[in-house]
Amino acid sequence: MTIKTRSRVVVFILSWLVYMGLTSFTDLQEVLAGLVVALLVSMLAGHFYLSSPKRQRIFRRIGFGIIYFFRFLLEVTKANWQVALLVVNPVLPIKPGIIKIKTKLKKDSSITMLANSITLTPGTLTIDVNPKEKELYIHWINTTSKDIEEDTRIIGEKFEKILMEVVE
Amino acid sequence: MKILRWIIGVVLLGSFLYWNFYKFEYGLIVKFINILLFCALYVLYRVILGPTAADRIVAVDILGVLIIGLLALLGIYYDKQFFIDIGLIWALMSFIASLAFAKILEGRNLDE
Amino acid sequence: MNNLHEIIGLVFIGFGLCFDFFGVLGLVRLPDVYNRLQAATKCVTFGSAGILFGVFIYKGFADFDFKLLLGIVFIFLTAPVAAHAIARAAHRSGIPLAKETVIDCYKDDNELKEK
Repeated sequence: MTIKTRSRVVVFILSWLVYMGLTSFTDLQEVLAGLVVALLVSMLAGHFYLSSPKRQRIFRRIGFGIIYFFRFLLEVTKANWQVALLVVNPVLPIKPGIIKIKTKLKKDSSITMLANSITLTPGTLTIDVNPKEKELYIHWINTTSKDIEEDTRIIGEKFEKILMEVVE
Repeated sequence: MKILRWIIGVVLLGSFLYWNFYKFEYGLIVKFINILLFCALYVLYRVILGPTAADRIVAVDILGVLIIGLLALLGIYYDKQFFIDIGLIWALMSFIASLAFAKILEGRNLDE
Repeated sequence: MNNLHEIIGLVFIGFGLCFDFFGVLGLVRLPDVYNRLQAATKCVTFGSAGILFGVFIYKGFADFDFKLLLGIVFIFLTAPVAAHAIARAAHRSGIPLAKETVIDCYKDDNELKEK
């Protein structure tokens, strides 16, 4: 099976599940209409969803995906708690600054996931990505160090290690 | 001046909470909807008085996300399903609107 | 109000409302557009997701409503992208940072490229 066919199958299953989630699983007419629509979508626009050749150890990647999900949930909760404590503080102890970090990830999709995760985690917001030199510019609400290596260790690595296993 | 703004904010918030939880005689869901509308009032303050254009764009983007929660609560209150459909479409449209505003702010055309 | 799932759903909705309120308070109080964007995006996204999850539990599992879960996934995917686009556009159109700012690598690098 070529890459394009596999990509079409994945898009077919995903779009059928989204269609069913938007309507209902119990109605037979809706199920048939969903099959037709998903077939149409996957035939028209499904051939560029996957881009790399087949990889092994699918269960290991799913396991790391679950670990990533729970780590992400923990970090989001921590971030919200920090922002709540900051906002009700009468003197607003902020020290903002724009720094840059390096990343070791290669693919576009994993860099996007890393940038989105950094945006939703404590005190940081991705401003721009430099894809040639693998650098991310980050606005940090409480800048503790200005060194690139130190910032990479503090901000990026906790997601980078897990995303290496999941996406790369 | 700063103390004046603090006093106005605290009095407004306190009187709103007192009115919402002691004087207002409806169910809990309606009280929750009132809190969300109060948040939307704060966002409108930033839309009207934001010093730069980017502040207004941020406020409009945030208002779009707030309204999704508001529509979900309205769906409970009226016991209708279609409010959540409206919420999903609203989320999509407000996302596209934010991207378009960002492009205009950056000075590029929409068809690049 | 007698069912357990309604009480748990109302607790989730209450948490979501608290975080919504803190995010909006950050939008009003913080000094410049980037800090406002940070506080508001994080808290309001999490708060709205909390409200949607609370509604999902409040309705009970009799009419299983996947639309709410799709909505949660959707706002968690789109809100960071919108925040990133707005922040980049604001920096490129020359909106200044707050006076507390300690370092600005992005501006330095852009000036280096132009030379």
